Amino acid sequence: MTSSNRMQWPANADHTAVPYYLFNDQDIYNREQDKIYNGPAWHFIALEAELPQPGSFKSTYIGDTPVVVTRGQDNEIYAWVNRCAHRGAEVCRHRHGVSEDGTFTCVYHQWAYDAKGDLRGVPFQRGLAGKGGYPKDFDKTQHGLRKVRVVNYCGAIFGTFSDETPDIETYMGEDISFHFKRIMNRPVEVLGTTRQYIKGNWKFYSENTKDPYHASLLHLFHATFGIYRSSQEGATLINNDVHSVLWVINSKEDETALEHAKKDKLRTYQAGTYTLNDPSLLAGQKEFDDDITLVILSLFPSLVLQQIQNTLAFRQILPKGKDEFELVWTYFGYADDSEELRNIRLKQFNLIGPGGLISMEDGESTELCQKAIVQDGDYTSVILMSGSDTKSEGHLVTESAIRGLWKGYRKMMDL
Amino acid sequence: MPVNTITQELKNEVEDLLSRYAQCIDDDELESWPGFFTDSCLYRVIPRENEEVGLPTAVMWGDSKGMLEDRIVALRHANVYQVQWYRHIISNTCILSVEDGVICAQTNYAVFKTCNDGESTVYNVGRYKDLIVREDGVLKFKERSVIFDTHKITTLMVIPI
Repeated sequence: MTSSNRMQWPANADHTAVPYYLFNDQDIYNREQDKIYNGPAWHFIALEAELPQPGSFKSTYIGDTPVVVTRGQDNEIYAWVNRCAHRGAEVCRHRHGVSEDGTFTCVYHQWAYDAKGDLRGVPFQRGLAGKGGYPKDFDKTQHGLRKVRVVNYCGAIFGTFSDETPDIETYMGEDISFHFKRIMNRPVEVLGTTRQYIKGNWKFYSENTKDPYHASLLHLFHATFGIYRSSQEGATLINNDVHSVLWVINSKEDETALEHAKKDKLRTYQAGTYTLNDPSLLAGQKEFDDDITLVILSLFPSLVLQQIQNTLAFRQILPKGKDEFELVWTYFGYADDSEELRNIRLKQFNLIGPGGLISMEDGESTELCQKAIVQDGDYTSVILMSGSDTKSEGHLVTESAIRGLWKGYRKMMDL
Repeated sequence: MPVNTITQELKNEVEDLLSRYAQCIDDDELESWPGFFTDSCLYRVIPRENEEVGLPTAVMWGDSKGMLEDRIVALRHANVYQVQWYRHIISNTCILSVEDGVICAQTNYAVFKTCNDGESTVYNVGRYKDLIVREDGVLKFKERSVIFDTHKITTLMVIPI
């Protein structure tokens, strides 16, 4: 198939059979940056807690566009593209910090901007000794940085380039915003960041975060250590096609298993499995009103918010080309955490992140797929677990959220 | 010999410990790796960007020899990853202090990773900050902080640094 044909969804494909060229095509990638990342979508860019005072800033990305999030002297949050309006240089060269005077000055020709991204000063605007300088009608208000529309939702800062993006709760949908607020229910404390660089298309990872089918099959940590999990109940919730929440409740049986883990050694359910030498890794604390122990909230296209036991983290998906992306993990707890709970979180972070005992395989699976599809762009995947529709389901044996992703993706991409 | 003196002999002994530790990992004798630590210990692999601003999140974090043993069992039997080998290069060992028999040392390291495709890459670069004690005549890590500069971790981290 030629590249131009790839801008139409193939006749043999639908949201249950997705052609692999979508994961390895430069034109598709460019269109995604245009229609999705620059289109009507919200992107998580910071936690408010990362910007504690006027002048605070953080550098990040929306898609592959560098942006800076700031807190202005008026205490409001702003964001702008990190590209000088003059000749294109990177304005902010630090990952995070505080600008004491609240300005951001490009080093190339020292054009100076305020936290809002408005141009405040231009050297030699009137020239030197009557020579040079900008034309008299040069208007600084017309040469600010490209601005990003932001919203502060429950202490999480989202940005969008489009004026057409609906308000954040409408964008999320009812179930997604419910679960978002459930986790972001009070002020948070940032505990750190890790960054994982994965050689695969970002959408393989999107699929992974909407896929409850793989959880007990790819991630063998629990099974290996005899932590019985098949009694778990849960659900797959889908809003606006592309967003999803997978949640899991540990049933009584699992509670018993965890009690064993805490008190003595983990109970072994079948011969040949192992026990944890130090079960304190799994000794958690109940901290929500419900019994949900796992939430994977996937807000298309670039955010995953997770609760796994007592670990809480935002994962930002940052595409770096058609076959690479960066996954930025921002770990947090609550500002009112006891020291004990904080320590539980730090210990349980062993479970998640780039070295996560139950999550490291997600990077691996993404790369496995990317390697294998290179020559087979016109073949399609099989996404038929639990049928072919894209509805929410009261269980976890389904690929409905992945189907929803492709249904919505096709619409957003106009394919 | 006063216990707090930094002697050439002690420096040699510390460097020998560091070399044997690296050799153990590079030779894939990971079951022996927890033996380099005291029973109650702290091992953490933490990005420099967190360490510098006092944020505690680590990629690996173990506060007992048991936790380190569990990581190796998981690596052998649970985790799924591409075949890979490390090669540690360590240098610039400085003994910063010796107080009450606790040796505080800092060492630079670089880890090259080689996967099945035969390509070797610079996987992780940083420094070790160690608290070393003598247990039954043998030097062991009471604390080992692996503070890494390479905060962009390629694919995943399964083998300890």
